[in-house]
Amino acid sequence: MNRSVLPRPDLERPALLDVHNVSRLYGPDKGCQEINFRLHAGEVLGIVGESGSGKSTLLRVLAGLEAPDAGHVAYHSANDDTLDLYAISEARRRALLRLEWGLIHQNPRDGLRMGVSAGANIGERLMALGQRHYGQLRAAGQDWMGQVELDPGRIDDAPRTFSGGMQQRLQIARTLVTRPRLVFMDEPTGGLDVSVQARLLDMIRTLVRQLGLSVVLVTHDLAVARLLSHRLLVMRRSRVVEAGLTDQILDDPQHAYTQLLVSSVLTP
Amino acid sequence: MNALLTVENLHKGFVLHGQGGTALEVMHDLSLELRAGECLVLAGRSGIGKSTLLKMLYGNYLARRGSIRLHFSDGPLELTDLPAHAWHPLRRDVIGYVSQFLRVVPRVSAVEVVMEPLLARGADAWDARTKAETLLSRLNLPERLWQLPPGTFSGGEQQRVNIARGFIGEHPLLLLDEPTASLDAANRAEVVALIHEAKARGTAMLGIFHDEDVRSQVADRLLPLDDHLMAKTTHFPGQPS
Ligand SMILES: Nc1ncnc2c1ncn2[C@@H]1O[C@H](COP(=O)(O)OP(=O)(O)OP(=O)(O)O)[C@@H](O)[C@H]1O
Ligand SMILES: Nc1ncnc2c1ncn2[C@@H]1O[C@H](COP(=O)(O)OP(=O)(O)OP(=O)(O)O)[C@@H](O)[C@H]1O
Ligand SMILES: [Mg+2]
Ligand SMILES: [Mg+2]
Repeated sequence: MNRSVLPRPDLERPALLDVHNVSRLYGPDKGCQEINFRLHAGEVLGIVGESGSGKSTLLRVLAGLEAPDAGHVAYHSANDDTLDLYAISEARRRALLRLEWGLIHQNPRDGLRMGVSAGANIGERLMALGQRHYGQLRAAGQDWMGQVELDPGRIDDAPRTFSGGMQQRLQIARTLVTRPRLVFMDEPTGGLDVSVQARLLDMIRTLVRQLGLSVVLVTHDLAVARLLSHRLLVMRRSRVVEAGLTDQILDDPQHAYTQLLVSSVLTP
Repeated sequence: MNALLTVENLHKGFVLHGQGGTALEVMHDLSLELRAGECLVLAGRSGIGKSTLLKMLYGNYLARRGSIRLHFSDGPLELTDLPAHAWHPLRRDVIGYVSQFLRVVPRVSAVEVVMEPLLARGADAWDARTKAETLLSRLNLPERLWQLPPGTFSGGEQQRVNIARGFIGEHPLLLLDEPTASLDAANRAEVVALIHEAKARGTAMLGIFHDEDVRSQVADRLLPLDDHLMAKTTHFPGQPS
């Protein structure tokens, strides 16, 4: 008898983040609690759930911006160290955000410096990595403006002269220019009109694939979650009630709350 | 040849929490085997659970009980308890799926929709484009549509994009959910040809085809799902290899 000739694909990827029993509560069931998961390299993990369920709180804890009351977050860094995020110094955490991570805020005003030029916004994170060559910084600025479909001719304009959708694309360029290993996004397409949203989503999808990014994405929009994420966590009242493969969670939800969430939208 | 896929005593039900916890039993004790280079066709009335079975094999639906195993050269892999992060590489490299309807992604052109499974494996973009265009032209999709997002395409045009996307990756296991449903005779014949070519390179296929004519041209065996929720498969005539 022949045996199967099908080679086994490599199904494992290195871990990037390990989240152990993390809780951060502002009041009973307000915030996040007892959160456990592992994020692998190259994965896009979506966090969905109703308003106030604790998505942004969890994201802030993961991104080193808010210490948990309990539990810990382990980050496996580029040089193979495992860092306990809240055991290292504040300065070290900030350095991670600057050097290895990226953070995309829902409101581009929180992620951009509105008064300085678009080019300077993009160049700033490169300079933090040690690049000083003016011509190269400018070239990178123009290149990235092109990648997010902004007119490179506007490199000297300040973001406050841009529309909301343009500002959001600039924020993405500014964040991704350093090719971060891990990107945190909080409602990256919230507050934009539908056609601008579609364009931005397509852009994020392409960049994630081309740069092999690992992403933690917070969104209340299940269609956005379906389009971008490989896996989902469903949160309700500070807890994860269901976790799994994105299309399994959306098409065959097991938990009563997830079923309600999925059935309340037209076509997630 | 041994089986590439074995399904044993598979059960599936849905609990509808929104409707007082109504339990819907869809599949009871289904078993099947599928070998490389073989096309097994699922049959049975509408609502019997054909699509549900394909979705369970693709990780899209959870199995309640039973086993789904893929057989690799170094041994079997159980899919019913595969962790979520492993499905992504498994779908990229091993299990392909042509859903009944294309899920349209805004702004992504037809040719890019078709290229995507190759790009996900890190293939060269030019190669991927060439292969995608070859498939789209075989399926007679007018060239003026290639660069447009399929959102505004007709049902049959969208389905041909979907078929091209499903076949381009040449996955060892391919699940086909009524790929010929809204196609005309010429395009149906093209899909039949694609299936025959896939068989020849050893692809194992599990498909649903309403069209009797297509079915008779592609099916090596039939798996009728009957009304007692009991799927009974015809057994292999134990061919020596
Ligand atoms: N700094 C804070 N001080 C007090 N309460 C807070 C604080 N931050 C968040 N909360 C509360 O914790 C709960 C979770 O808030 P969070 O912002 O994480 O929700 P969310 O899931 O992101 O919601 P949305 O989808 O509306 O953004 C809310 O009830 C919120 O009012
Ligand atoms: N996500 C779901 N939630 C609840 N019930 C479901 C779900 N998916 C399928 N079902 C039910 O399972 C049964 C089998 O559906 P399925 O789509 O597998 O049928 P089918 O044999 O493919 O039918 P058709 O030939 O009409 O496509 C149906 O009663 C259907 O309503
Ligand atoms: Mg929030
Ligand atoms: Mg069906």
